[in-house]
Amino acid sequence: MHIVVLTKPVPDPAAAAERLGPDLRLDRAASPAVVNGNDEYALEAALKLVEAHGGEVTLLTMAPPSGADTMRKALAMGATRGVLVTDPALAGSCVRSTDEVLAAALRELTFDLVFSGFDTSDGNAGVVGAAIAARLGLPYLSNAAKIEPDPAAGRVRVRRITPAGHDLLEAPMPALVVCTQVLGEPRYPSLKGIMSARSKEIASRSLADLGLDGATVGGAAATTEVLDSRRPPARGATTVVRGSAAEGAAAIVALLTTRRLI
Amino acid sequence: MSTPPSGHRLTEEQILLRDTLRELADARIAPRAADIDRSGEFPEDIRRLLAQHDVLGLPFPAEHGGVGGDLLTVCLAIEQIARACTTSSLILAVQDLGSLPLRLGGSEDQLARWVPRLASGETLICFGLTEPEAGSDAAALRTTAVRDGDDYLVSGTKRFITNGSVAGLVTIFAVTNPEAPRHRRLSCFIVEVPTQGFRVARLEHKMGIRGSPTAELELTSVRVPAANRIGDEGDGWDLAMRTFERSRPGIAAQAVGIAQGALEAASAYARERKQFGQRIGDFQMVASMLADMDAQVEAARQLLYTACEVIESGAPDAARWAAMCKLVAGDTAMRVTTDAVQVFGGYGYVDEFPVERMMRDAKITQLYEGTQQIQRLVIARALLGRGRD
Repeated sequence: MHIVVLTKPVPDPAAAAERLGPDLRLDRAASPAVVNGNDEYALEAALKLVEAHGGEVTLLTMAPPSGADTMRKALAMGATRGVLVTDPALAGSCVRSTDEVLAAALRELTFDLVFSGFDTSDGNAGVVGAAIAARLGLPYLSNAAKIEPDPAAGRVRVRRITPAGHDLLEAPMPALVVCTQVLGEPRYPSLKGIMSARSKEIASRSLADLGLDGATVGGAAATTEVLDSRRPPARGATTVVRGSAAEGAAAIVALLTTRRLI
Repeated sequence: MSTPPSGHRLTEEQILLRDTLRELADARIAPRAADIDRSGEFPEDIRRLLAQHDVLGLPFPAEHGGVGGDLLTVCLAIEQIARACTTSSLILAVQDLGSLPLRLGGSEDQLARWVPRLASGETLICFGLTEPEAGSDAAALRTTAVRDGDDYLVSGTKRFITNGSVAGLVTIFAVTNPEAPRHRRLSCFIVEVPTQGFRVARLEHKMGIRGSPTAELELTSVRVPAANRIGDEGDGWDLAMRTFERSRPGIAAQAVGIAQGALEAASAYARERKQFGQRIGDFQMVASMLADMDAQVEAARQLLYTACEVIESGAPDAARWAAMCKLVAGDTAMRVTTDAVQVFGGYGYVDEFPVERMMRDAKITQLYEGTQQIQRLVIARALLGRGRD
């Protein structure tokens, strides 16, 4: 079984150093990049499935050349190889370009399943997986809490989380699955994995390699533009109300009254 | 201390390995450290965790199932584990120490026989040199190995043997030729235990590294096949000294890790704790201590990393570098952990915070694998040449 996992390098949330440059694009020098947290959950799910069923996991990333460094950690976790789509014309891509480029890269690969994370911690659009499924005409299985492929039958079952509980979906493979954190904590890379990560293949693809034109995708063809960016205002002092429910309610009403909020 | 220590000399793999181990240690080992110290029990769960993540395979060659890490890589791992729990870091440090004579002088057959199960972490190994009457004066060993057909009969007492009660393989140094010159008297053997005549006589009650069993081992005519001898008869002393050239940096790494852990704890406390209406870190006397601690830890770390590179390159004065990094790092760990307790004030003296444990743990790094006085002797001999002897 062959699974492609979409992995995006994002600014390390733990470093909290994310910053935009004067062009309102991410200043990649300001913050160390890590694999997007939700993508690591998708990768963990993929690794568990190939451990159980045999097969390989390919990482697919669209990023600047430094994306290869971030990909090494995901390779160290156990992925077989990586494909890095990188092209200067891709800087400033909007969501539409991103899914068009990733869909084009997927057309070159053979796979049974494509996994995407629930969303990314930098862009937060959360639609790339769905858009790729639409472009490639793949069954789209979202919010997966459990993934059970049946390679012999060429089908996959997914337990999809819903507000009311869950649905059980079945689709023919190849299919695209949007993974959730319910699938299980990502593993730490093993030290053998780390030492062998450098010897694993990362294939680089430019727009020309994918038969795409920098005039129709990427920064030049962006459909959205960032006009401004602000940090959330700092939180004011917090008041903690203690006591019984009745005392608490009275104190909160008094507080809201003094602020003229009620 | 949100930024990791500088990694200008580290490879991409070493940085990833260091960061992975830091995360693993923070998430899985640090929460166990106080309990391991309090109970004094060997942390079998941590041994399994380290084995599962190939950490115990780090010092061993890849062709025998190891990870093939060089000296600096092994030290990075020990440092990150020690930052969270000294006892846990000793599991790797002693797997490294105990197996060094085998790795330095073992035949291909011997490597194939023992390394795979050491690299997988299934079997632990310990280092049996020290005796009740032969500590710093290691050439004064009394344990004997007497040839008997295809075997040796080994008898004697080994003391202060770290992990001696949990190891399945024991590297034993014993006198094979009492008549030979001082440095040709010893030979080195791998003893598979349990075996007839081998007994863990007792465990020490210690000030620190309390989860790491320090055993007295009694050997009474233990039959050891000649095939278990590492190198030739008389090679023991040389093997022990070459072992220390590569194991002392491991203790330095442990010391740097302990000091780093104490520095981070003290800095965090100095940011939080308020007295006289301000953070205690804003008082110059406290700030000054923290600044000195940070500078000293980084200096010790950089000396250690340089020592690792020099030793790995096969420099003729490897013993000097090993002694220097252990000396500086051990003294730094003692000073920094003592100051960390001071930053915490009364809270530093109770086990609600980790710094008192770190201070107790730091002391051992000035004592084992050669006391600081022995390190100075080694360094001075490299400077002055050997005098009377």
